[in-house]
Amino acid sequence: MNRGRERRHRRAAWWFLLPNLLGFAAFTAWPLVASLLLAFCSWDLLTPPHWIGLGNFFQLLGFHRESGAWVANDPHFWQYLGNTLFMLLSLPVNIAGSLALALLLNRKMRGIGAYRLIFFFPSILAGVPIYYLWRWIYNPDHGLLNQLLKFVGIAGPDWLGSLLWAKPALMAMGTWMTIGGSGMILYLAALQDVPEELHEAAHMDGANAWQRFRLVTWPAVMPVTFFIFTMGIIYGLQSGLDAAYVMTGGGPNGATTTVGYYIYQKAYLRFEMGYASAIAWALFILVLGMTLIHWRRGRQGLG
Amino acid sequence: MRKRRSLFWHVPLILIGVTMLLPLVFMGVTALAEPGHSMQAADSLLDFVLPHSWRWQNFAEVGRVIPFARFYANSLIVSAAVTAGMVFTSACAAYAFARLEWRGRDAVFTAYLATMMVPGAVTMLPNFIGMKILPDLLARMMPWINWQAQRVLGTTLHDPVVGRLAGIDSYFALIVPVMFSAYGTFMLRQFFLSIPRDIDEAAEIDGAGHWMIFSRMILPLALPALATLTVFSFLGIWGSFLWPLIVTNQTELGTLPLGLLAFQNTGNYGTDWPLMMAAALLILLPIVILFIVGQRFFVAGAQAGAVKG
Repeated sequence: MNRGRERRHRRAAWWFLLPNLLGFAAFTAWPLVASLLLAFCSWDLLTPPHWIGLGNFFQLLGFHRESGAWVANDPHFWQYLGNTLFMLLSLPVNIAGSLALALLLNRKMRGIGAYRLIFFFPSILAGVPIYYLWRWIYNPDHGLLNQLLKFVGIAGPDWLGSLLWAKPALMAMGTWMTIGGSGMILYLAALQDVPEELHEAAHMDGANAWQRFRLVTWPAVMPVTFFIFTMGIIYGLQSGLDAAYVMTGGGPNGATTTVGYYIYQKAYLRFEMGYASAIAWALFILVLGMTLIHWRRGRQGLG
Repeated sequence: MRKRRSLFWHVPLILIGVTMLLPLVFMGVTALAEPGHSMQAADSLLDFVLPHSWRWQNFAEVGRVIPFARFYANSLIVSAAVTAGMVFTSACAAYAFARLEWRGRDAVFTAYLATMMVPGAVTMLPNFIGMKILPDLLARMMPWINWQAQRVLGTTLHDPVVGRLAGIDSYFALIVPVMFSAYGTFMLRQFFLSIPRDIDEAAEIDGAGHWMIFSRMILPLALPALATLTVFSFLGIWGSFLWPLIVTNQTELGTLPLGLLAFQNTGNYGTDWPLMMAAALLILLPIVILFIVGQRFFVAGAQAGAVKG
């Protein structure tokens, strides 16, 4: 490569990057630094912030002795972290569901395109309007779900108001919204790349349907599974804020408050900016840690 | 034999399809119900799919609760501006990452990608504080403009919409901070990489500048990818909730998802669900239209993130 070309490329790259880089510096890089600093401060936005070192993290993650037992300094955080992890349990279910739908759709048949569109449709609508729809569906007296249950003689509970059912109700809604979304589309594309001969060969060797799935299909779609799982962890650990805000207010008794919603409450309702930053960074480190563990294991699994 | 087998496969497909569509049908039936009548117990299963009334006025009456047209305008302005900005800045950056050769390129790109793992909650806090202090900051730098003042930014049917030029309660806050996307850059870079190299090398030898190559050759070839990013950015901003919630206090500056909050507790007994569902359907309408017009871009967008880099 000649030097003139290299210089021209470097100068052009600078100009092409500039707009994005400015925005990136102002709204991602600098805030990242600022929030890390804030995590070591106490600030209510009214009086000047002051440095308290690791104080926020002791409050958030620490324990103290109280009448002979270890008690968390912030029991709410641990409850909400538990909620978040519990709701993450729907991730494997959703992924299995997406794969099942893709397997159903992966055949040449009249009308298969229409089915694909219908399955895909809810995932693009997801958002506040759909949260209200589901709040209405879960309405104890007049909602769709309990009216349907009445036909089979079951008196349904107050789904979103019940300690037992609130979390599963939100998870079921999440399944409805995501099962036919990008996961299914990715699986479908991966399945169509599996050579027909492989299946035929396995068939000739006397493998039954389950064995063909285990030995041919499952390894072939492994990269997709890995990808969806990674994204699901990153996204799932942060999620739950909008749904909690719109549908439950985080209740009953904090049963549907996720870490993301807790940060919102601390930051924008109580104006504890330093503490909220500390929670956000704890969440960030959790996301990083879980993603790294998953990658490690994925590397081994993928061979 | 073959025919019977294919019929057999229709059974689970139809069952799942019905599950996917039933909530949406229920939404439509509710939106057309008389206020209060949606509360009646259903007598048969058909009541869930056939409206007992066709009260189209519900769609007109949503304007009684909030200045719905104003919220619609806000959402359209914000979504269009963010989308245009995001597609432009992402395409420029993607060109630098995919078609230009410079030292440190891959390191910078990796740093870019790594920020996609940062939870939104981490950066949102300082950004919120930034918007809060921005008017004072600007007033110190450019004192000849009154940055703190509330001024008229538009009108509803009856009242003026007031807000600031920048900071909390401004279109600036709704648009600019959310306009820069590492994801968009990543996605477009993947696509730009797939365009054959000889195209721009030949043009370069002929003496074409990089802006020329970018705008006349690469962008036209990348139209499908640009359309995919457009659809996805629009969809994301149209539905975004938290950021508009925290940077607006003036009701009339809100976007549609915020407007929906006002439909809670509007009826005599709690929420007027027919009105709420009518409003929700009106909000979903542009997405449905977009989906009908350009569904292949939705499908492409669902796949875009996973292409190996």
